[in-house]
Amino acid sequence: MVDRRQTVAVTFDGVDAEGVVGESVLECARRNGVTIPSLCFLEGLSVWGGCRICVVEVAEDHRLRPACATQVVPDMEIKIETPRLRAYRKSILELLFAEGNHVCAVCVSNGKCELQDMAVHCGMDHVRYDYRSPLREIDASHPKYVFDPNRCILCTRCVRVCDEIEGAHVWDVSYRGEQALLVTEMNKPWGESLSCTWCGKCVAVCPTGSLAYQGRAIGEMEHDPVMIKRLAVARSRNEWLYPEESK
Amino acid sequence: MAAPIDLHEVTEREREERFRTRWRVKACASTACQSAGAGQTIKAIEDAVEAEDMMLEVQVIPTGCMGLCSAGPLVRVLRRGGDKAMYQKVTPETGIKILKSHVLDEETLPEHEIDTEIPFFSSQERVVLANGGVINPDRIESYVAHGGYLALEKALKTMKPKHVLEEIRTSGLRGRGGAGYPTASKWSLLAAAPGETKYIVANGDEGDPGAYMDRTIMEDDPHRLLEGIALAAYATGANQAYIYVRAEYPRAIERLDRAIRVARRNRLLGRKILDTKFDLSVEVRIGAGAFVCGEETALLASIEGRRGIPRLRPPYPTEKGLWGEPTMINNVETLANIAPIINNGGEWFASLGTPKSTGTKVFALAGDITHTGLIEVPMGTKLRDIVEDIGGGVPDGKGFKAAQTGGPSGGCIPAKFLDTPVDYDSLRELGSIMGSGGLIIMNEEVRMPDVAKYFMEFSMDESCGKCTPCRAGTVQMHNLLQRITDGDGTKQDIRDLEHLCSVVRDASLCGLGQAAPNPVMSTLQYFRSEYSALLREEVAHG
Repeated sequence: MVDRRQTVAVTFDGVDAEGVVGESVLECARRNGVTIPSLCFLEGLSVWGGCRICVVEVAEDHRLRPACATQVVPDMEIKIETPRLRAYRKSILELLFAEGNHVCAVCVSNGKCELQDMAVHCGMDHVRYDYRSPLREIDASHPKYVFDPNRCILCTRCVRVCDEIEGAHVWDVSYRGEQALLVTEMNKPWGESLSCTWCGKCVAVCPTGSLAYQGRAIGEMEHDPVMIKRLAVARSRNEWLYPEESK
Repeated sequence: MAAPIDLHEVTEREREERFRTRWRVKACASTACQSAGAGQTIKAIEDAVEAEDMMLEVQVIPTGCMGLCSAGPLVRVLRRGGDKAMYQKVTPETGIKILKSHVLDEETLPEHEIDTEIPFFSSQERVVLANGGVINPDRIESYVAHGGYLALEKALKTMKPKHVLEEIRTSGLRGRGGAGYPTASKWSLLAAAPGETKYIVANGDEGDPGAYMDRTIMEDDPHRLLEGIALAAYATGANQAYIYVRAEYPRAIERLDRAIRVARRNRLLGRKILDTKFDLSVEVRIGAGAFVCGEETALLASIEGRRGIPRLRPPYPTEKGLWGEPTMINNVETLANIAPIINNGGEWFASLGTPKSTGTKVFALAGDITHTGLIEVPMGTKLRDIVEDIGGGVPDGKGFKAAQTGGPSGGCIPAKFLDTPVDYDSLRELGSIMGSGGLIIMNEEVRMPDVAKYFMEFSMDESCGKCTPCRAGTVQMHNLLQRITDGDGTKQDIRDLEHLCSVVRDASLCGLGQAAPNPVMSTLQYFRSEYSALLREEVAHG
């Protein structure tokens, strides 16, 4: 099949690549097998642009832009692995580790955690900043799932998946700044939520051990974020509908 | 539908009213003077007028801000066709004394008088604040009598929208919210945007500590803002406007609501304005107490009733704004400049200020300075003139150390740059910004790391929490500054602080985060020795 979409030439760290008009720098990089570290972005969900891990430098003005939310343009020179960006990514990761209580050794997602993987990938070997060690209450009121805000990095994947894919909008962010916290419904315990459908999509997309199944021990929690992409793609193709609905 | 207001007849009537009595007592009733007791003073003067049976001789008029807020409550006494006198710190008793000495003895009261020839008054150039201390903000007639709504009438009846836009382009007006984006460019983006539905938003979410320029405009000259909005809407083809006011300004909200109702009744807003085909509805929207809602995309979210957090740009609001429709956001002070430009022409405006920063700028002068208050000067006025002449210098014989502009997004300018002209580009070169107009003067006793810590605490508290660098970075910067100001810092802490400054500046999502490091960076640049002096002695471990 001939791809009729308009293509543009871009470079990633000097290596030529082909982009498609309308796609983001991050999508383009992934299609071309180039790694741009990212956290809050998830295929199938709307773009949030909050984690700032995926910021890249664009040669024309050296300003940093989030790869997930920047569209490719012709002759774009995208820089990923510069000393400045490496240092920034490390700092942002350190900030994330310092603001919550990320203790891998006792985490259900140990070894299967996107935050942990990202730290390894970016070579973050220590945290320069003071740990904030916040006191955050675990919500284990749901019969099936547990929410541990100490491990939350506020990527809002759960908020978006619940709103956009499941349509329930159980999750949202409350308070602001350092106090920002994910809440279920009107800040009620999750178990008392009437809108939660128990679908588990929020748990599937969580990049850390913040959302997990009840009863999992250390390192036993495996997430399935790719499921959302499958869902979104199927929906865009009108799969799984009754014939009369899929017009 | 009622007939529209006849501006010329109202002006005529007001003129007669003005000369009805021999004396007019204008008393500042703005928020700053109110907090100094202006309410009681005005009441006392009004009661005295009645008790002494002077009603045919004297009229008492509450007005907006006269500028010299530190000397409030301020009262001016004007004699028909003649001399005027201005008084400071007028208590109820003094007010009665002033009234009697003028009306009964035909004499001023020198011990309370302020010389209006001092540079604080004479060096100012009042365009935006021209009506401050002159008109009664609660009466549309008072505004009309001072040339109000003439610009709107002129535009609607004799100019095409593109001519209005052209006049703004000629004026060279730049956004007064801080960044200084050319107003005409923004307007033409909205004018060129496709579709029938377009919105205009007046940004009155003034959040910088100590700044109250926009509050004063909204409280003391609400019709001026409405006229500016109407002109902007006419030029760009919008039919709906919102004024976003922070909830901390209840008086501004009340006055604007009232002004909108009165303007509608007089066919200056609403349908078929002044019997032309132009319709415009204006509504007030109230913020919920977040500094970040001054950022335009967060402001739009807040108007839509959602959580006030910024979103990524592009798309810019002029492409996709309120409810997905093209929307233009202008600062309140920017819009207050529009009517004078249309009245006097863009070239007149461009002749004020400097070639690249035209017009005037309102500043809220605060801190260690003799005259604190609201001032308006032509762009390009030297900082020294503002501090030493208008502000009357640093009091108590202390030396000037720094001027802070732009609030938590701005920087500190040291004494060696006092001769810098105050305009957008010169301030940016110094690592500060024009900002919305907060100008805080600091004397030699102020420790600059404390100043940086204060502003960082503000940014930390006001971060919305969406992006990591701003949410967690400001917390860590504040933590480092705390350690340094406590005398526990090390050289490494300063290095970490500087690194964090660049991370937060470059990687944050919106203007709040990107500008949050400015107070730290500028104090590190100009007052580094103060940071070093606070460091803990490092003991070599053997």
